[in-house]
Amino acid sequence: MSEKIPVLELQRVDKSFGPIEVLNEVSLKVNAGEVLCLLGDNGAGKSTLIKTLAGVHKPTRGKILMDGQEVAFAGPRDAAGRGIATVHQFGGTFPLMSIGRSFFVGVEPTKGWGPFKRFDRKKANEIAVKAVQDFGITRIDDGERLVGGLSGGERQSLAIARAVHFGARVLILDEPTAALGVKQASHVLRIVNETKRRGLAVIFITHQVMHAMAVGDHFAVLIRGAIAADFRKGEKTREEITDLMAGGETMAQLEANVEGNT
Amino acid sequence: MAAVATGGTGGLGRFALRPEAGSFLGLIVVYTFFAILGGQNFIGSPGWSSWLNTAADVGIIALPVGLLMIAGELDISVGAVLPASSLTVAIISGHFGLPIYLGIASALGVGIAVGFLNGLLVTQTGIPSLIATIGTMFGVMGLTLGFTILIAGSTGVFITPDPLTKSLFGDALGGMFQVAIFWWSGFAAVIYWLLHVSPWGNWIAALGGDRVSARNAGIPTQRLTILLYMLSGFAAAFVGVTQVITFGSAQVAAGSSFIFNAIMCVVIGGVLLTGGSGSVIGIVLGTMTFAIVNQGIFFSGLNPNFGSIVIGALLLAAVLSNDTFHALALRHAAKRS
Ligand SMILES: Nc1ncnc2c1ncn2[C@@H]1O[C@H](COP(=O)(O)OP(=O)(O)OP(=O)(O)O)[C@@H](O)[C@H]1O
Ligand SMILES: [Mg+2]
Repeated sequence: MSEKIPVLELQRVDKSFGPIEVLNEVSLKVNAGEVLCLLGDNGAGKSTLIKTLAGVHKPTRGKILMDGQEVAFAGPRDAAGRGIATVHQFGGTFPLMSIGRSFFVGVEPTKGWGPFKRFDRKKANEIAVKAVQDFGITRIDDGERLVGGLSGGERQSLAIARAVHFGARVLILDEPTAALGVKQASHVLRIVNETKRRGLAVIFITHQVMHAMAVGDHFAVLIRGAIAADFRKGEKTREEITDLMAGGETMAQLEANVEGNT
Repeated sequence: MAAVATGGTGGLGRFALRPEAGSFLGLIVVYTFFAILGGQNFIGSPGWSSWLNTAADVGIIALPVGLLMIAGELDISVGAVLPASSLTVAIISGHFGLPIYLGIASALGVGIAVGFLNGLLVTQTGIPSLIATIGTMFGVMGLTLGFTILIAGSTGVFITPDPLTKSLFGDALGGMFQVAIFWWSGFAAVIYWLLHVSPWGNWIAALGGDRVSARNAGIPTQRLTILLYMLSGFAAAFVGVTQVITFGSAQVAAGSSFIFNAIMCVVIGGVLLTGGSGSVIGIVLGTMTFAIVNQGIFFSGLNPNFGSIVIGALLLAAVLSNDTFHALALRHAAKRS
């Protein structure tokens, strides 16, 4: 696998906001058909890293490569146009729109011609519903329902299905399971697996080691903006990963600290 | 007012997608109330013509103001554009005696120009639209007053429109029903098309839902915002034209009541104050409800102040039920999982 050209690669990327250095020489490779889990404590720079990948921030130093070619994203739209899709924690950003309408925001299917083009609601609903159902979410069968009326997991699934439908090659998920219960989280994890099976590269950000281990092929731990560990599935145990995520301290040390404070 | 789905295993579904249902209920209640108090006169053509005439004037403005609110913006300047437009017609075609079409075209041009300016201010400076359009409102008011006194030497200007113009913009069928009612229907049809049939409607709702995501999805958010402001400027100027031709005169002080009345019609019609959701049928029903209260009070023999109280109560009820609708739509998820 390692001889494949990564879909997306970071080479020694730094990002500072004025004097504040947030990312420090971050190098990462994201392969098609793999899930990269990005782990790290609060404030480690995970969101900053994915915003850089999604074209929101420009790296201060270092290179971003797509398919081995250096790229510079002009903005989020440019990155999206090249196939990088980001799904945020709460999935749909238009809670008061119907499933069919929100699925096609900006790329509405129409019928008729010229100035009399009509939004093809039936087609939009059908395609949107089919796209989510293909991911196994069969409970969504009515494209007229409001996105805000879906459960958190269903909304995530809808957003992922949308990204896949519109040809995303890299899917970035910022803590998609953080606000979800066990059952809903497992739905989302199943969809992450399905996305990977379809050949997309997935970057999965989470605080939950269990969720990471359930889907991850490749793990990177970020501590204070630098990659502190980079390993593949099976190379570390759950305890080791948990310790790494706690910022390098072992669980035992952490417990000692907590007790020392009481 | 928004329809709130109760219980139901199928959930919010289609019913909640029809916020009009609540507005319709409000309309029926209000109409019945004033029909009982107002009697034959209110139920007959005097009543209908009086509230339909009121509804038409405010309704033509409420429609594009509603679109703007769905897109997450306000437009206060309509209250100044209306008299500016009336006076433009009166000065060009009345005071100077130039052809009426020139006066009308200039008046509509003034409206579109003010809208364009509003759109630029809101999209380029980031000043909240409430403040930006209050600014243009005062600017336009001041210019209107200044130019009118400078040119005509008074704050009111007269005009005698020709019969054709009069019948197009200022006549009343049977001496009661203003042609503006038909114009209002026309505006409603066009804006219905924009919001609910054409792909633009999706863009407008997305704009009010989340501006940044809308832009990232490829929607030309700035151009769309500017166009919506131009539409509301045009509509306010259009009402200014119908008024000056109906009354044969234009006053500097006219129009300020339209600001809040238009916003009230829109809110009673179920448009969320926070944007992202609303319907044209709702806005039309909200406008009718508003006009029925506004005029019904004169037929009912009640103290006119009571009308203001009813409108205030309606507005509160509408906002509450809109918010409930919103909250239910969002909370629904938790109950199902
Ligand atoms: N625009 C900015 N300007 C200045 N500092 C910033 C900016 N964005 C982020 N930071 C800083 O960078 C650091 C990393 O933030 P970031 O949001 O990337 O962390 P995170 O790993 O996503 O944390 P969390 O798990 O809490 O989401 C924080 O200290 C934050 O204050
Ligand atoms: Mg974060």
